[in-house]
Amino acid sequence: MTTTATEIGRDRRRKEDQRLITGRTRWTDNMTLPGMLHLAMVRSPFAHARITSIDTSAAAAAPNVVSVVTGAELGEEMGVLINAWPITPDQVAPVHTPMAVDRATFAGEIVAVVVARSAAAARDAAELVDVEYDELPAALDLKEAAADTVLAHPDLGTNKSAYWVFDSAAAGTGGDVEEAIGTARADGIVIEREYRQQRLIPAFMEPRSVVVDPTGEQLTVWSATQIPHILRFAMAATLGIPESKLRVIAPDVGGGFGGKLQTTPEEWLAVVLARRLGKPVKFTETRSESLISGHHGRDQWQKLTLAATKDGTVTGLKVELLADLGSHVSLVGGGVPVLGAFMFNAIYKFPAYHFACQTVLTNKTWTDAYRGAGRPEATFAIERLMDELAAELGVDPLVVREQNWIKHEEFPFTTVAGLEYDSGNYEAATARAKELFGYDELRAEQQRRRDADDPVQLGIGISTFTEMCGLAPSRVLGQLDYGAGGWEHASVRMLATGKVEVITGASAHGQGHETAFSQIVADRLGVAFEDVEVLHGDTQIAAKGLDTYGSRSLVVGGEALVRAADKVIEKARPIAAHLLEASVEDLEFSGGTFSVRGTDAGMAIGEIATAVFAAHNLPDGVEPSLDSDATYDPVNFSFPHGTHLCAVEVDTETGRVRMRSYVCVDDVGNIINPLIVAGQVHGGLVQGIAQALWEEAVYDDSGTLVSGSFVDYLLPTAADTISFEIDHTTTPSTTNTLGTKGVGEAGTIASTPAVVNAVVDAVRHLGVHDIAMPCTPERVWRAIHMSSSAEGADQ
Amino acid sequence: MTRISLTVDGQQVVDDVEPRMLLVQYLRERLGKTGTVIGCDTSNCGACTVHLDGRSVKSCNVLAVQADGSEVTTIEGLASNGQLHPVQEAFRECHGLQCGFCTPGMIMQSVDLLEENPDPTEQEIRLGLEGNLCRCTGYHNIVRSVQAAAKGATS
Amino acid sequence: MIPAPFSYVAPTSVDEALAALAEHGDDAKILAGGQSLLPVLRMRLNAPEWVIDLGRIDSLRGVRDAGDHLVIGAMTTHHDVLHDPLVAEHAALITAAATDLADAQVRHRGTFGGSLAHADPAGDLGAPVLALGASFVIAGPSGTRTVPGTEFFVDLFETAIGDDEILTEVHVPKHTGWGAHYEKFVRVAHQWPIVAVAAAVRVEGGTIEHARIGLTNMGSTPLRATAVEEALTGQPLTADAVRAAAQHAADGANPPSDLNGDASYRSHLACVLTARAVLAAGGADG
Repeated sequence: MTTTATEIGRDRRRKEDQRLITGRTRWTDNMTLPGMLHLAMVRSPFAHARITSIDTSAAAAAPNVVSVVTGAELGEEMGVLINAWPITPDQVAPVHTPMAVDRATFAGEIVAVVVARSAAAARDAAELVDVEYDELPAALDLKEAAADTVLAHPDLGTNKSAYWVFDSAAAGTGGDVEEAIGTARADGIVIEREYRQQRLIPAFMEPRSVVVDPTGEQLTVWSATQIPHILRFAMAATLGIPESKLRVIAPDVGGGFGGKLQTTPEEWLAVVLARRLGKPVKFTETRSESLISGHHGRDQWQKLTLAATKDGTVTGLKVELLADLGSHVSLVGGGVPVLGAFMFNAIYKFPAYHFACQTVLTNKTWTDAYRGAGRPEATFAIERLMDELAAELGVDPLVVREQNWIKHEEFPFTTVAGLEYDSGNYEAATARAKELFGYDELRAEQQRRRDADDPVQLGIGISTFTEMCGLAPSRVLGQLDYGAGGWEHASVRMLATGKVEVITGASAHGQGHETAFSQIVADRLGVAFEDVEVLHGDTQIAAKGLDTYGSRSLVVGGEALVRAADKVIEKARPIAAHLLEASVEDLEFSGGTFSVRGTDAGMAIGEIATAVFAAHNLPDGVEPSLDSDATYDPVNFSFPHGTHLCAVEVDTETGRVRMRSYVCVDDVGNIINPLIVAGQVHGGLVQGIAQALWEEAVYDDSGTLVSGSFVDYLLPTAADTISFEIDHTTTPSTTNTLGTKGVGEAGTIASTPAVVNAVVDAVRHLGVHDIAMPCTPERVWRAIHMSSSAEGADQ
Repeated sequence: MTRISLTVDGQQVVDDVEPRMLLVQYLRERLGKTGTVIGCDTSNCGACTVHLDGRSVKSCNVLAVQADGSEVTTIEGLASNGQLHPVQEAFRECHGLQCGFCTPGMIMQSVDLLEENPDPTEQEIRLGLEGNLCRCTGYHNIVRSVQAAAKGATS
Repeated sequence: MIPAPFSYVAPTSVDEALAALAEHGDDAKILAGGQSLLPVLRMRLNAPEWVIDLGRIDSLRGVRDAGDHLVIGAMTTHHDVLHDPLVAEHAALITAAATDLADAQVRHRGTFGGSLAHADPAGDLGAPVLALGASFVIAGPSGTRTVPGTEFFVDLFETAIGDDEILTEVHVPKHTGWGAHYEKFVRVAHQWPIVAVAAAVRVEGGTIEHARIGLTNMGSTPLRATAVEEALTGQPLTADAVRAAAQHAADGANPPSDLNGDASYRSHLACVLTARAVLAAGGADG
């Protein structure tokens, strides 16, 4: 029998794993329904082209083809995809149809759909669709596009979509940044840098897949999505299907990382064609399709001006961003840089801040959330700048950070960006990380290698980060013009046998909710971990919810669960009193049992559930149900933080970077399941490291995605990564009952600047102060080589 | 159509298939062995790894007709008599999976790796898994899982 | 994604295979291990009408000792080559290259001859085979012919194998007692080499008596770095001497430019990696 008061904090093995390790999984692509038809997409090979004709006759005549449709033919029937976050009232955004009608706006956009009796027949026939294009000039380079030299959408007259500004002086959260910069120019330090956040691809392992069943009264959509609830709402809003007639199921979903936080053309077309043809349809993308047409992430230019006093106290930061939206403003794509706007000040307490972002349309795949969404970009910028400031001052980069960060006794602290950080202890996390890392020894080794002119140089990188998690207080989202709220819903159902069904509006795709949420409820209700079943990802079961992204599931969804469980207890209390023939005031609830103070009499909550089911002997006026719901809207974000230290070896002869060690001490508040938290950190780290060293979505001059397969989009393997040393400090969040802060994005946010700082640190003495991401061997080698030849030229 | 006859997870099967059908498609679409999944089209990701006559292969990179006369083991045939294979156990014990999509391939390749090298170093494990991509775990706990299975540390 | 439809034949002898080729010729592709061909077919970058599978021809498999050389059957898998004791003893450079070739699953299916006949300049076997002076046995309608490595590799994905011919064996002269090393440079492990260098050296009393160097992905075919080989001969196995000789590694090469590096960077890499490969082959610390 499980002890019930100690579930939280326990390394529970995951409930999800049995089916995943034995192959008894329910991926969307596994679905087969009677008479099911298959879709194949015909996609534009051109970044920007007028469609002059589409001849579908050969495809329509091919064996087993049921239908071939074009955008022109579907017209309004195909609906539009929504932009849920117009960041300014005057945002310029092209209409986003699921399929091009007369103009293709990125290489990979759908121009025709073939429906056939098998996936093979659909693909064969798709090759027979004859599309004629007139190629148009394409807006590809972000900076050029921002200058409107070539228009991505000529009818809009500009590529500039939205200009969004935060200014601390205007907002009343701080001083004037120009004044701070002016003062620093006169008598201080000004660091000016421009950093590129390269375009990345989420590259979840399970390709997206959708199955739509139109038979019966209801339309059922299975989709490999992170957001079944948002998807249902968006489909109902734009396809004219009553929300009540639409059931969306996210079965087992193989990763997302923001990449499945999207409403997609393929989902829309599957629904439209299933309705049209009256048969179930399926579409599963190939990996190449996924890479060219699933949304990308990052892709910003960051122009940064940091002002500081001569002694290294930061006095202001000015951020000017260009953000590449791609061809359309996708679900929340326009808002990604805005999420970052609140994080450039990070853990530091400088008094003046100005942020301005121009979002720009181009003829590339649209961008949207990718793990961290805006916050990694911001963290990268400030953490790189702190290293640059330290280099300028000639001091240890940890010293300059400590000089500027918020001291632990200063919490709660209202930042220059207007957020209230409830808790944190940067000193403790940093001290622990330094100890685990062997910081001083590694610095000594670095000096030895420098002195010996060793061809392999050692670099040490630091990132002391924070992030805002638990998206999000609905009121704040409203102020930011986001189209929805940020609450989460949970239900707890007490079954007659004493088992517990927990329903969450969060929608897991690898996070382990079934396990962690079971632990929370088991503790709260005092029932066995094994007796709790967590249900999610089906709008007919979990009718309300806002899904999983932004490290919100535990902080917001977990809190909703706690509140629902507490309601169950409160509903059970008068029944328990009645059955125990005691007064409510004499009852106490502990370890799953109501007991009468001062007596041996008691009753387990499961027994009460059985009694409620029978309903033979309930107090007057009490409903025969313990089931309870709670919808929780967070009062604030949560602010995990941590100190990450990374050592790399740089082979100066080839430019190759080798990871040597990585230590991180994260403060994610109270931990429900340390095993799961560690896994989230490990995976996050590698995604962040991959941005620093390996991954980039590269387009050629014609707008073709060169890194359009896993041959060229370089995901790291086990052989490219190392084992990590992770630890935690615990400063509980004060804004939720569990004291948790969220961990899904922490590793990714922190690790990218840690690694790039390490690479630059390894070769800074050779005259290098920046290397563009990803730090490829060629780039590293050229940085060293160019700076040494520049030195030569000086002599 | 070409007639093929093979043994999959201990079951003898005979089918007529198009020569172009990939082994993974045959497993999934004809036999309902949906535990084996398709993650890419360039044979980089390894999610579709199965054992063909006792050796790991990427089943997206083998035609079903090439498997005629062979014995195939998938993730669904790894456990025997209700007992998980030690590598399956180790992945659960060490939290070697998150979303689980790469897991069938990872486990099948890890089994092959340990059959060839029962006592691998960490670096040998990492190199032995270079044909399998995972996006969730950062590989840290996958490596631990294989180490644990090698040690027989799971019970 | 599924390949375009094709017809399939799996001959059980070389003669049957040649007959099938004679019949379907231009419309046919030969399937060896399929580890390069099947991705191409799946992406529909090629759509042959016929696929001729050599996988049922047992006589094309295996390694045997033929006196002064080894005979490696074209359909011997990389895995079998990698674990073959004859290869390890007499052609250690091939063992070294096979160790790094692709991944375990691909090595279980991919074949020695298939990889060479595919003639991808980034393939790992061309450089070592060329460096060791291997020759290629090609069967055709009028019997077999033997082609030296220098003539086998013609261009990008093009070899001396005619449309009606099949590569059956590779003859590798024994290099017993030679030191060998394959130095492969990649950004991530599952990548084709950006540049790689295959080096075999015979060292006597600290002096390099003979050196054989092959370069991977430094041109449209694998290359032999003869200038380096000559410069190394008679030199002491020291870092300085080897590095000086290796400065010629990219002479005459015409490397590609792509996301992983431009031609000049690759030329630089070739020199650095050649020195490292030679020193490692000779057993010296780099």
